[in-house]
Amino acid sequence: MHTTADEPTTTPNVGLFVTCLVDLFRPQIGFAAVRLIEDAGCTVDVPMAQTCCGQPAYNSGDRKDARAIAENTIRAFEGFDYVVAPSGSCAGMLKKHYPRLFADDPAWKERAEAFASRVHELVSFLADVMGVEKVSASHATTATYHDSCSGLRELGIAAQPRALLGSVEGLTLNEMPDSDVCCGFGGTFCVKYSDISNAIVEKKTAAIEESGADMLLAGDLGCLMNMAGKLKRQGSRVEARHVAEVLAGMTDGAPIGGRG
Amino acid sequence: MQITSPNFKQNAVQALQDAQLQKAMGNVRAGFIDKRRKAADALPEFEALRDAARDIKDHTLAHLDLYLEAYEKKVTEAGGHVHWAETAEDARRIILDICRMQNAKTVTKGKSMITEEIALNDFLALAGIEAVETDLGEYIIQLRGEHPSHIIAPAVHVNKDQVEADFRRVHDYLAPNRDLSEPESLLDEARRVLRAKYFEADVGITGANFLVAETGSSVIVTNEGNGDLTQMLPRVHVVVASIEKIVPTLNDVGQILRVLARSATGQDMSVYTTFSTGPRRRGDPDGPEQYHVILLDNGRSSMLGTEFQDMLRCIRCGACMNHCPVYHAVGGHAYGWVYPGPMGAVLTPSLVGVDKSGHLPNASTFCGRCESVCPMRIPLPKMMRSWREREFERGLNPATQRYGLKLWAAFAKRPRLYKFATSLAIPALSLFGGRKKRFSALPFAGGWTRFRDLPAPERRTFMQQWRQGAAVSRRGPT
Repeated sequence: MHTTADEPTTTPNVGLFVTCLVDLFRPQIGFAAVRLIEDAGCTVDVPMAQTCCGQPAYNSGDRKDARAIAENTIRAFEGFDYVVAPSGSCAGMLKKHYPRLFADDPAWKERAEAFASRVHELVSFLADVMGVEKVSASHATTATYHDSCSGLRELGIAAQPRALLGSVEGLTLNEMPDSDVCCGFGGTFCVKYSDISNAIVEKKTAAIEESGADMLLAGDLGCLMNMAGKLKRQGSRVEARHVAEVLAGMTDGAPIGGRG
Repeated sequence: MQITSPNFKQNAVQALQDAQLQKAMGNVRAGFIDKRRKAADALPEFEALRDAARDIKDHTLAHLDLYLEAYEKKVTEAGGHVHWAETAEDARRIILDICRMQNAKTVTKGKSMITEEIALNDFLALAGIEAVETDLGEYIIQLRGEHPSHIIAPAVHVNKDQVEADFRRVHDYLAPNRDLSEPESLLDEARRVLRAKYFEADVGITGANFLVAETGSSVIVTNEGNGDLTQMLPRVHVVVASIEKIVPTLNDVGQILRVLARSATGQDMSVYTTFSTGPRRRGDPDGPEQYHVILLDNGRSSMLGTEFQDMLRCIRCGACMNHCPVYHAVGGHAYGWVYPGPMGAVLTPSLVGVDKSGHLPNASTFCGRCESVCPMRIPLPKMMRSWREREFERGLNPATQRYGLKLWAAFAKRPRLYKFATSLAIPALSLFGGRKKRFSALPFAGGWTRFRDLPAPERRTFMQQWRQGAAVSRRGPT
């Protein structure tokens, strides 16, 4: 991996926020993130006291539990130079919504804001903070990239993953129509309003197929599980992977949702 | 209008099964999204204008009482009358009184969501007064006995063949063999029929896109000119507008107009933008003899000073619904009241109560596209979340959801317990997932597996692997 940033005088110490879905469903994304962050010149540690970012509670209106979870997370990550998550949605929660959770508690608000200022989504951390322009991975395939909503609209992630994917040897990016339109996952939305969610993801899988790509990439495991689950149900041959797996060259194992 | 928002889920399922509706909703993208993008891209100062528009409204809302009083004074000076209506009932009563004074039989209407909100047409019909909608889309759905499904494209859910059938059914006095195969011929027929109504009408009722405090003017924006004929031809012009439509000056209107049509239809400006100030003056060649303004509150003043005040910046352009994946999937009627889509998801609970519309702020994926296109920069997802918090505090969500969430939170708050539980559950689930590494049915995940396979987890969680140093290096299996 090559970086353009000036060599830091000390090695940045990164705390990896694994995200609950990555922890439970696809640890490989976490290991890919560790590899990418280390290759960018940082040390990585994973605080054991983390669980989930608290979005299910926060977005369901349960502010009290969301705050309790946020306090845990903030405590667990104090002392790191950066907090990095392989998810735009979770990073958006930590960065944009934690400070709002403590709007009426000045002491915690300050702590949450200090924490938020150190939080980054993985690909944006590599490109925007560490100045990574190229990765050494290679993977011969045609891929299409879905812009997950929180990463795109809360954190401005669109160009960075495309630029880094462009440096993967052998990989061709075929854009799908409406790549910036929601896949219908939406956390608990996909279960509470499963009929509507299904209608939305059907449009998304049609767009994915229209791109002609063999591989679907995105930066959020929630969206990927939704889209991969629908692709598999429809008997599609398109394989789904987290963008970090490809950038880290960790594409030997089965794709999300398995093969065939 | 009867509220069916509590049935949102059933409404949505019905809408998803309506093949005709699904086809019609496909037009929203071509009709609105691409055009908005082009219009915004073509105007370098578009983003700055959005900021200016937001600031104008914020300033106005902070001094709403002063601007409303100034406006009333100017209207009165121009020879018009201002009527204050606290509730929908008050507004209907005032309008009926005005109509009765004129002994009105026929009333023409320029499209106005506010008269939908106060269910004016049915009320006037009960009093023996025929209200005729003159916007083509409104006219079509009036013939069909429906309500608008979009705030600027009320009949976006109806296709051409349906309109032809409706015209043949209602206009049964016209030649049965006439050609109605083209949109133009449908438009011609509507124009002919409506033209007679304009001259017949005793009272013309319009909404207002803006009220100008500086001049006492009401402003309407249309593409068909129907609003102009509605307010110019009858003896009496009644403007029905909610209190937040006020802006301080003509210059402010000019600025907000620049983002309105671009956000709505992708036009630089609507075809007609008409300012009305008072009744016909001596020497005027035309115009109404009387000019009345009904200023409706209907719950809006209770939003002032709350986390929902920003919603009062809304200029009803419809951009949020045009860009909402949920609106695209189910159309506007599923939302069950006057205001659909993301703006409705915030406004409806504000106006009719969250107990009657609790689904609406929940039926969002929080994708944020609505906020990203809102010309007034209204933080719609944030306000939907505020509604969800109020619902949660009041215990309005279904018990199963609450308990499920509480159970999950009990683990998420306790990292050790969480790790212990997941380190047992995940290997079991993984084993269960079989060789295909996915589930096509799971007893506790029916909401998911009805429509999608669920990717199965790997055998051990990340945390287990990391802690146990399973990999040779900490960089995982290579």
